[in-house]
Amino acid sequence: MFEINPGLIVWTTVTFVVLAALLAKFAWKPMLKMLGEREDQIRSALTQAEKARTDAAEMMKQNEKNLARAEAEYQKMIREGRALAEKLKEDIVAKARQQAELELTRAQEEIQRNLESAKLQLRSEVADLAIRAAEKILDETLDETKQKKLVDKFINQLPKN
Amino acid sequence: MIFEETIGTDTLKHAVQSVQAVQALSDTAQSAAEHSEGFNFAHLLDHIKDGREVDFPGGHFELPHFEPVHIGSLVIDLSPTKHVFFLLLIAVLLLWVAVSAARKHRKSLIPTGFTNLMELMVLFVRDEIAIPNMGQAGLKYVPYLLTTFFFILLMNLAGLVPFGATATGNIAVTAGLAIVAFVMIQVAAIRAHGVGQYLKHLTGGVHWALWPIMIPIEILSLFTKPFALCIRLFANMTGGHTVILSLIGLIFLFKSIYVAPVSVVFALGIDLLEILVAFIQAYVFTILTTLFMGLGMQSEEHGQTNTEHH
Repeated sequence: MFEINPGLIVWTTVTFVVLAALLAKFAWKPMLKMLGEREDQIRSALTQAEKARTDAAEMMKQNEKNLARAEAEYQKMIREGRALAEKLKEDIVAKARQQAELELTRAQEEIQRNLESAKLQLRSEVADLAIRAAEKILDETLDETKQKKLVDKFINQLPKN
Repeated sequence: MIFEETIGTDTLKHAVQSVQAVQALSDTAQSAAEHSEGFNFAHLLDHIKDGREVDFPGGHFELPHFEPVHIGSLVIDLSPTKHVFFLLLIAVLLLWVAVSAARKHRKSLIPTGFTNLMELMVLFVRDEIAIPNMGQAGLKYVPYLLTTFFFILLMNLAGLVPFGATATGNIAVTAGLAIVAFVMIQVAAIRAHGVGQYLKHLTGGVHWALWPIMIPIEILSLFTKPFALCIRLFANMTGGHTVILSLIGLIFLFKSIYVAPVSVVFALGIDLLEILVAFIQAYVFTILTTLFMGLGMQSEEHGQTNTEHH
């Protein structure tokens, strides 16, 4: 009942060898190749993802650095601007003050001058009036220039007030 | 060596036990058949026995008979038997399944449905069996290992299908598989180290005076490995079926309907166990073949056989 059938050994061996050859060629090798390809793909995808991640992190760091630098620059600019504005303001104020002082002095001088000329005019008026009065009194027409010189001399002799 | 011998004697014992069990069962069946009319107990055993007829639902057909082939004094009867039929049936089935799975793969890198299952097992054989035992050099043997695994698995499972037969429960079939495994183990060793190194390995690396002892031992050890593979698979596949048939046979032995539920429940349990065993034995056959191939591939010197290199 349990005798070994040599024919069956031959059948098995031949079947197995043929099956192994066919399967290797048409099933296992394509399948294993594809599995390998997919593994490579996944591996490269992971590597790429990792690289992208590192790149992104790098970029982020760079951005942060840039942002910090921009912030610092902006702060500096504001500071400088403010300082400049302050200085400008002071300058303007100083200039304005100076101008005002100048104007004031000029006005004072003007006033002084006007005063002087008014005084002079007044003096000449007074002189003319005096002369006319004197003419009327003397009823005699004197040489005007001679008269004027005489009056000037008289006025100059007056104490300055 | 001790490891291999343990496997050898253990499985041998196992095999002898199951053969004895089957013979005892057959005797019981025959004697019981003499007492009970109308039912032939020996008929139950047709399930594990090889035969010339193939059953299918609703009948059976006779396989053709060929004239025996004479090679020298050797007479080989190449007539197909039931086991040959299932061997070829499984081969065709596997070819169809695996090739269509590979086709699907070619279309898209994303596995779906059944391809996933195939891929799972293919990856298991590659990553859990081949690479740990043989390293990267073992990748070229993966197709062979895959065929071994799937072929044995399907043959094991075929016996659990109604009208099916377990070709791997025939010692001639397992012997055929073991012969291929034997060749592959030698091929792997020779390809890894060359013929010179391979022959040197047979001397065991001892003083030449010891060669007359060492060489026969080494050669013997070459044969014990596949022999153990052959016996283990045969015994395991026969054993389970024998137990199921024994349990069913009890019903007829006791001629009582009340035994039937017990027998059927137990037989069902064993049947479920058989599904597990079918997978385990396919795995064991494959991993041991790989292990033996790996040992041959990495042993530069005798005694360093267990040093792993990846």
